Amino acid sequence: MRFMLIVYLDEEAETSKSDAERDEMFRRCFVHSAEWKRQGVMEAGEPLHPTSTSTTVRVRGGKTILTDGPFAETKEQLGGYYIVDCANEQDAVRLAAEAAEIHRNPFGAIEVRPILEFSAP
Amino acid sequence: MRYMLLIYDAEAARAKATPEEQKATFEAWMAYSAELNEKGVKLAGEALMPTSMAKTARIRDGKTLATDGPFAETKEQLGGFYILNCKDLDEAVAWAAKAPNAPFGSVEVRPVMEFGD
Amino acid sequence: MHQTWQWLPAAEFSATLVAVMPEDVRTVVESVFRRESGKIIAGLIRRFGDFDIAEEAMQDAMLAALDHWATEGAPGNPAAWITTTAQRKAIDRLRRSRTRDEYQSAANHDAPAPLDEMESPSPFQDDRLPLIFTCCHPALGLDAQVVLTLRTLGGLTTPEIARAFLVPEATLAQRLVRAKRKIREAKIPYRVPSAEQLPERLEAALSVLYLIFNEGYSATAGDALVRRDLASEAIRLTRLLLELMPGQHDVAGLLALMLLQDSRRAARLDADGELVVLEGQDRDKWDHGQIAEALRLLEGLGRIVDPGPYLLQAAIAAEHARAAKAQKTDWSRIAILYGALQRIQPSPVIALNRAVAVAMAYGYEQGLALMDELRQAGELDHYHLYHAARADLLRRLGRKDEAAAAYRVALRLATNQAERRYLERRLSDVSG
Repeated sequence: MRFMLIVYLDEEAETSKSDAERDEMFRRCFVHSAEWKRQGVMEAGEPLHPTSTSTTVRVRGGKTILTDGPFAETKEQLGGYYIVDCANEQDAVRLAAEAAEIHRNPFGAIEVRPILEFSAP
Repeated sequence: MRYMLLIYDAEAARAKATPEEQKATFEAWMAYSAELNEKGVKLAGEALMPTSMAKTARIRDGKTLATDGPFAETKEQLGGFYILNCKDLDEAVAWAAKAPNAPFGSVEVRPVMEFGD
Repeated sequence: MHQTWQWLPAAEFSATLVAVMPEDVRTVVESVFRRESGKIIAGLIRRFGDFDIAEEAMQDAMLAALDHWATEGAPGNPAAWITTTAQRKAIDRLRRSRTRDEYQSAANHDAPAPLDEMESPSPFQDDRLPLIFTCCHPALGLDAQVVLTLRTLGGLTTPEIARAFLVPEATLAQRLVRAKRKIREAKIPYRVPSAEQLPERLEAALSVLYLIFNEGYSATAGDALVRRDLASEAIRLTRLLLELMPGQHDVAGLLALMLLQDSRRAARLDADGELVVLEGQDRDKWDHGQIAEALRLLEGLGRIVDPGPYLLQAAIAAEHARAAKAQKTDWSRIAILYGALQRIQPSPVIALNRAVAVAMAYGYEQGLALMDELRQAGELDHYHLYHAARADLLRRLGRKDEAAAAYRVALRLATNQAERRYLERRLSDVSG
């Protein structure tokens, strides 16, 4: 079963990290992702630029309306994702907890959502 | 340049759709994905099950807490995503505006962090 | 950590250099900066793909100019000298501060020509056009668009912009850092939008220019002199946009509109600094050069089938400008134009203006009836100009008590001091 692990983190806490701390965090993530790939549980995963680089697009009355910033202002922000393949939801939640441990973001959370599978079009 | 398109719309409205409407929505997404594939811009894309199926994991005081439900309650919910390879933001925005949910929902366009920058 | 950077304001140039530099060198450098910085910066951004590198290199080149020209005299083409020097400084900076790979990816264009081979920028290729669309990109916040446009294309310094908008300099600098970071990381392009996106994007750019103009023309706060600069800067940039996109009648419409509004600047305030309404303005004080330019622009357009909002507003302003005396104003035509504007851009404020035009063309009672209808819709109750306009019609009808009551409501809602004094004068007229 495939799941999306949606990583939410407190951007303020991330930006207040020193360069060394951030490099160390990225290094931990790389090592950890490599391990997950070796185990065959991780299909994909990406960190995103912070929400200050986001643009929200809506079409209303035939016009494209752009807004500077993310879809919703939340206390913690979507900062990246993983696509994992595992036996069941329980395993996916365990993987999410493991990833949260690696990220060490004080107010972070990882949402686990099953992926909707279609038979190939 | 890679961009993530985060697809948001109201699950409540989706749940109320008739079977015909659901079919039309499904076909619109299939056509959109097909066009992205045809133009060679789509790197990945997934649809998600509704937030009623979500679980959220947090680490607090060294302990893992798993709760039912999504990370945050919002008016519209994340329903899927695409990773696109685009020349620049204008191209990504043009694709976002073509997404079937754009006329009633929202599409957030966020650059993917590239390493080696 | 990203480094923030600011222009040396012109005043600081003066203060630090007056003792060591011959006066004329400083003057030449400053005037080249004012006239040419937008064009030079645009060229640097096209070439190096980065706002910060372009601005830093420009700053380096300005300082080099002050240094060299004082000892060796100013070159024949100062703008070309600064352009070339800035390009070299940018490459120096890239070499110094980045790895070789990054240097190669940033400067993925051919190497700069040697100094003596450089020519002045071609008049046919203007790098500012794509830059207007980068600065006015709707993926940036409106505040950021305004600041970026003024500083990058307008050659205003951060302190000048801060004074004009009464925003702390640090806030403004922060906005700039964030906007430039988004341009870089989200890759907001440096190019004229595709034909498909152009109409919406041009509309966005025009609204930024008009916002800058209005801030300068009718701002409720800020340094008067700097605000004057904002209005002329907006006119200059709109004129530039029209030169670069001559077929766009919305651009011509906006330029005409700005010129017509700006032409009344000297007549808007009396000797005591009090606001004078259009009807009471001394029309000899209007800038007839600006009016003539605007009317030529509008007449040059010929017949437009689907005029946009700026063109319609310009046509309305032109009706006022054409009338030698207030009494000669063709109010029935103005009412028609407001009607057309209301159809493409429905708004209670436009409906209010149409009601005023109808009152002047066909009778105060008719205008008043339209205003009462508007009030029932409820949207204008908190708008001081609604009550002021209504009070004005009541005054003209001799219904003094009702007029006084309406002026009092308007006064309660108005915040601009000049407007308040005007309303107070009117109130005492009808209360007498």
